[in-house]
Amino acid sequence: MLGIVRGRVARGGVNASMTVRDALNSALDEEMSADPKVFVMGEEVGEYQGAYKISKGLLEKYGPERVVDTPITEAIDHIINSAAKSNYMSAGQISVPIVFRGPNGAAAGVGAQHSQCYAAWFGACPGLKVLAPYSSEDARGLLKAAIRDPDPVVFLENELLYGESFPVSAEVLDSSFCLPIGKAKIEREGKDVTITAFSKMVGYALKAAEILAKEGISAEVINLRSIRPLDRSSINASVRKTNRLITVEEGFPQHGVGAEICACVVEESFEYLDAPVERIAGADVPMPYAANLEREWPSHRVQHSFVYTNVKVERSKITFLLF
Amino acid sequence: MSAAATKIIQPLPLNSTTTNRSPHKALFNPLKTIPISSFPASTRKLRLTKPNSPHARRRSTSVFAVSDVVQEKKPTFNTFFPNLLITKEEGLELYEDMILGRSFEDMCAQMYYRGKMFGFVHLYNGQEAVSAGFIKLLKNEDCVVSTYRDHVHALSKGVPARAVMSELFGKTTGCCRGQGGSMHMFSKEHNVLGGFAFIGEGIPVATGAAFTSKYRREVLKEGDCDHVTLAFFGDGTCNNGQFFECLNMAALWKLPIVFVVENNLWAIGMSHLRATSDPQIWKKGPAFGIPGVHVDGMDVLKVREAAKEAITRARRGEGPTLVECETYRFRGHSLADPDELRDASEKAHYAARDPITALKKYMVENNLASEAELKVIEKKIDEVVEEAVEFADSSPLPGRSQLLENVFADPRGFGIGPDGKYRCEDPKFTEGTAHV
Repeated sequence: MLGIVRGRVARGGVNASMTVRDALNSALDEEMSADPKVFVMGEEVGEYQGAYKISKGLLEKYGPERVVDTPITEAIDHIINSAAKSNYMSAGQISVPIVFRGPNGAAAGVGAQHSQCYAAWFGACPGLKVLAPYSSEDARGLLKAAIRDPDPVVFLENELLYGESFPVSAEVLDSSFCLPIGKAKIEREGKDVTITAFSKMVGYALKAAEILAKEGISAEVINLRSIRPLDRSSINASVRKTNRLITVEEGFPQHGVGAEICACVVEESFEYLDAPVERIAGADVPMPYAANLEREWPSHRVQHSFVYTNVKVERSKITFLLF
Repeated sequence: MSAAATKIIQPLPLNSTTTNRSPHKALFNPLKTIPISSFPASTRKLRLTKPNSPHARRRSTSVFAVSDVVQEKKPTFNTFFPNLLITKEEGLELYEDMILGRSFEDMCAQMYYRGKMFGFVHLYNGQEAVSAGFIKLLKNEDCVVSTYRDHVHALSKGVPARAVMSELFGKTTGCCRGQGGSMHMFSKEHNVLGGFAFIGEGIPVATGAAFTSKYRREVLKEGDCDHVTLAFFGDGTCNNGQFFECLNMAALWKLPIVFVVENNLWAIGMSHLRATSDPQIWKKGPAFGIPGVHVDGMDVLKVREAAKEAITRARRGEGPTLVECETYRFRGHSLADPDELRDASEKAHYAARDPITALKKYMVENNLASEAELKVIEKKIDEVVEEAVEFADSSPLPGRSQLLENVFADPRGFGIGPDGKYRCEDPKFTEGTAHV
C-alpha cells in the first residue's frame, strides 16, 4: 500500500511518499544544517534517538553540543508564563525563538495523564503560536516554519500519526520548502457542509467525506494546520459557501477549539448559517484505560450531538466513520 | 552537643500546634522553633562562626568545598593602603551604587503612597550590599536575572534611573515601554533578562543564558565569549523544584553561572526557619557538586570578595557556585505588606548593620574618602532621583496602539484578517482593540 519510500524526486507529479516521522526528522536535519544556532534539547533526543525516534541520527551528525540530552522535567509553566510573555513584557527587547514540540492527544491505552489534547489550552495564550500538522507535508513545512520563526511555537504532533505515510511532491522535499503559519488548507473541496479538523481528526474527516460523497453530500474538509493564529478567513469563506459547519477535535468539548471556531463563525458569518454549528469532540471525562471504553470515548459525544438533520445521513454510519 | 545529636533524630515540630509549643508564647520564636541546637537559630551565631572552626566542622562534615575567601582579608595591589580590600575609586563606586539603590527605593515608596505608582511594588532597602557587591564586578555583556524585587539589580547593572522610574509609572519612556512594570524589568542593552513574578522562574532563564554563553564559545566558536550570568533569588525559592533542577543542570554542564541567594529570612510572612527542613542554603550546593558559600550579605566588602571568586570561577569555565548572602529587607515584602510578623528586635538588629553606614564607616576610618566627599555623592544621587521622577512624571502614557505591539517578534502571529491577508500587513492593524 503506502511504502516508506524516502525522497526520490520524480519529475512532475507525486511519486514519493514519506512517513510523518521521516518528515519531522528531515525538517530538523535540514534546519540544523542550515543554521548553526539551531539546536535540539530535551529528554531522550540524543542517544535514545528521540523518545519516538523523531531525532534519529541527529546526534551522530551534529554532536552532543547541538543535540543535548537533558535531565527529565515536567513543566508547562515556562511555556505560558515566560516564553509567551517575555517579548511583550520586555517591549520587544527579549524575543523567544523556541519550538516546543512533541506528541499531543491520545495514543492507544496510555491512560488519562498521557492522552489529553492541549491544543485549546495553548491556543488560549497570546504570545504563542500553536501548530498542529496532519500529513507529512504539513509536518515538514510547518516544522521548518516554526524553527525559522523568532517567536515561541508550540508544535503539537500526534503519536499515532508518526508511522503513517503520505504522498509528498518534489516541492515538499526541497530543503527550502516552508508553509506559512496561520493559513489553513482545504484538503477536500465541497459545497454542502464544511468540516474543520486538525491533526489526527483530519484523517477521519476525510474518510467521512468519502462516505458522504457516496450519499450525494459534498463535504469540504479544512485542515486547520494552525490553532493560533486561527485562519478565520478561510473558515468563514468556506462556511459562506456551504452554509453548514461541523468542527471536529480530539480534546474536551468545553472551551475547546471547536467552541472558538463556532464563536468566530457566528460573529462573522451569522446570516450565512442555515443550521446551528455542531461540535464533535472527545467525551468530557479523563481518558479511561480499558480498551473498549477508550474506543467509546469520542463517540459518546457524537451520539449526543451529531448533526443528523443537517446532512441527512444515518447516525450509525457517521459514528462508525469518524471514530 | 551530644544532647543535640539525640534531638536530631526526632522530627521537627514544623507548624505544629500541639503541646510542644506553649500557647502563651509567640507562635514564631526563632530561638526555640528548631530543636537542633547546632543550627545557629540566632543570626549572631551565623556571623561569628568561621567555616573551619570546630563548631562548623561538626555541622559541615558533608560539605564538598567551601570557599575560604571570607576567612581573611586578602591584600589588594593598592600601593597606598596595602591591607584594604578596595581602592578609593572602587569604594566610591560601591557607595554611589548603594546610595542610588536606597534613595530610589525610598522615592518609590513616596510615589506609591501618592498614587503615581501602582500594583505590586517590592522594595530592596537593606539588601543593597548584595546587588552592589556582585553586579559592580560584571561586564556589560554579562547577564543578570532577578525576581520581582528587581529595581536595584537593574540600576546596578546600568539601566538609567529615569528609565526604571518611568517604567514604574507605566509611561512609554520606561525601559519596557510601560509594558513590564515593577516586577518585569528587562534591558537588552544592559543584559538584564528580567524581572519575574513567580519565584524560581528566573533561575531556568539564567541557566539558559549561561548555556548560551557556553554554546557560543564551544559550538559557534566565539573563543573569547566568557560571559557570566548571575541569578538572584530568595530563601523561599530554595524550597522550590526549579531551583534544584537548575543546580543539577548547571553542575552537569559546568555552566558559567553564579546562583546568588538573598536570604532575608522571610518569604512574605513565612519565616525561612519554619519553611525549610535544613535552613542552611549554602549546603544545598555541594549536594549537586557545586561549592556552597555563606557570606554576610550586610557587608558589601565581604560580598564582593565572595563574588569575585565565584565570578572568576565561572569565567574560567570551572562551573557554577552557590552563594548564600545573609541579608535583610528593612521594609515589608511589598508596599502592601503591613509587616506585622517580624520581631522588632530582629529588625533593630539588622538596622544596626545597615550596609551603607558600614561602608561609610569603613571608608572614613581607613581614609579612603572624607565625609564631605560622600555627602557630595549623596547630593548627586538625590538630584538623579529627583530628575528621574520629573522625567517620569512628564513622560507620555503609552498610545492605544501600543496595546497590540510586541506580542510577537514576527507579527504574522496575529493571523489573517477578513480580507485574507496577514493582519500585520494592514497599516492600521494596531489601531483597533485587541479583538482578534
